[in-house]
Amino acid sequence: MVGLRERALRERAWAAAAGVVDPEIPVLTIEDLGVLREVVVEGDGVEVRITPTYSGCPAMGVIALEVELALARAGIGQARVTTVMAPAWTTDWMSEAGRAKLLAYGIAPPPRAAGRRALFATEVAGCPRCGSEDTVLLAEFGSTACKSLWQCRACREPFDQFKCH
Amino acid sequence: MSDRFSGLLLRRADDALVLGHRLSEWTGHAPSLEEELALANLALDLIGQARALYALAASRGTGEDEDLLAYLRGDREYTNLLLLELPNGDFAVTVARLFLYSAFADPFWRAATVSRDRDLAAIAAKAEKETAYHLRHSAEWLIRLGDGTEESHRRAQAALDRLWPYTGEMFEAEDDVLVAADITPEPAGLVEVWDRTVDGVLAEATLVRPKACWMQSGGRAGRHTEHLGHMLAVMQSVARVHPGAKW
Repeated sequence: MVGLRERALRERAWAAAAGVVDPEIPVLTIEDLGVLREVVVEGDGVEVRITPTYSGCPAMGVIALEVELALARAGIGQARVTTVMAPAWTTDWMSEAGRAKLLAYGIAPPPRAAGRRALFATEVAGCPRCGSEDTVLLAEFGSTACKSLWQCRACREPFDQFKCH
Repeated sequence: MSDRFSGLLLRRADDALVLGHRLSEWTGHAPSLEEELALANLALDLIGQARALYALAASRGTGEDEDLLAYLRGDREYTNLLLLELPNGDFAVTVARLFLYSAFADPFWRAATVSRDRDLAAIAAKAEKETAYHLRHSAEWLIRLGDGTEESHRRAQAALDRLWPYTGEMFEAEDDVLVAADITPEPAGLVEVWDRTVDGVLAEATLVRPKACWMQSGGRAGRHTEHLGHMLAVMQSVARVHPGAKW
C-alpha cells in the first residue's frame, strides 16, 4: 500500500508543479517548457527537480519559488526544489502543446533539432499571425534572452521568435 | 583533485563574469537600441555562465557560495584573462575583444561538452550554444566596421592592434592533470581553429592580422592590469557595503 500512497503523492506534486507558468511567457507552463524534470518522493515529502533553460535566464529564481508555493497550496508540506544541470536543457524539449500555445500567443516556436546546424542554418520563422514565411529577422537579440525580433513582409506585423538553444 | 577542479572552474567563471560585467557597462550607452538589447543579452549569458560555474565550484568544496566568489574576492584572487578586464574603449574595441575571445570560447566550450565531469559538460552544452551567437554577432559587427567607412576601418584596425598582445594568454596550458583526465580541453589544441576563424573574418573585414608579437601574461596567476581593481571596486561596492544582504 505504501507504493500506492507514494504514487498518489508523486502525481499530486507533479500536477501542482506542472501548473507553474513561465513568468515571462505566461502561456507556457514549466511542463510545456521541459523545465520540470522529475518528482521524487522522500518519506512524507517530495523533491521537485527543475532544470535551467538559458544560462542567464532571470526567470529561474521566480520559477523555483512558484513551485514551492504551488506545492504548499496543494498541501504538500515537506517539499524542496532542486536544480539539476545535466543533461542540459534544449528547446527540443518543448512539448507539442507548448509549441502550439506559443504560436497562438503570437510567438514563433523555436526551430527543431536545436544544434549548431540549426543555429547557423538559413533561418525562416513563419509569421504566427498570418502564417506567411516571407519574414525578415530584425534583431537577433530581442525583448528577452530567449527571443529574437522578426517582421512579416506579408502582413507587416512584427513578432518574436523563441530562439533555438 | 578538488582544488584543481575548482581552480579550473574559477578561471572559466572569472573570464565569463569579467567580460559579462564589461559588456553590462554599455547598458544605457550603446550606439543603437538594437545593440543596447544585444549587449545586455550577451552580458546576461556570460554572467549566467559564471554563476553556474561558481555554484558548481561552491558545491564541490570551495566552501564559499557563488556570491562570495563573485563579490568578496580581491583582484589578486581573480584568475581571468587580462584581455577581458581591459576597459571597453570605443565600440570597435568592445566588438574586437568580444570577437577574439568568442572565437576561442566557442570551440573551447564545444570541446568541453564531452568533459568526463557531467556537470561541467552540462554547463558547457549551454555555454557552447550561447557563445556561438556571441561569435556570430561580434563577427558581423567586425566585418561591418572593418569594411565600412574610413573612420570605422581605422578604429577597428586600431582595436585589433591594441588587443593582439593579450590574445596569447587564452592558449596557455590548462592544468595537465585535468587535461589528462579528460575533464577539460587543452587550450593550446584550439589555436588552429581560432586562427582559421580569425583569419576568415579579418579577410572579409579588410583588416590586417597584427604581426606576431610578445604576449602579455599573468591573469591566470592573479597578476592583473591596473584596470581590474577599479572594475571590481564598482562591481563589488554594494555587496561589500551590505554583506549578506537579503531582500
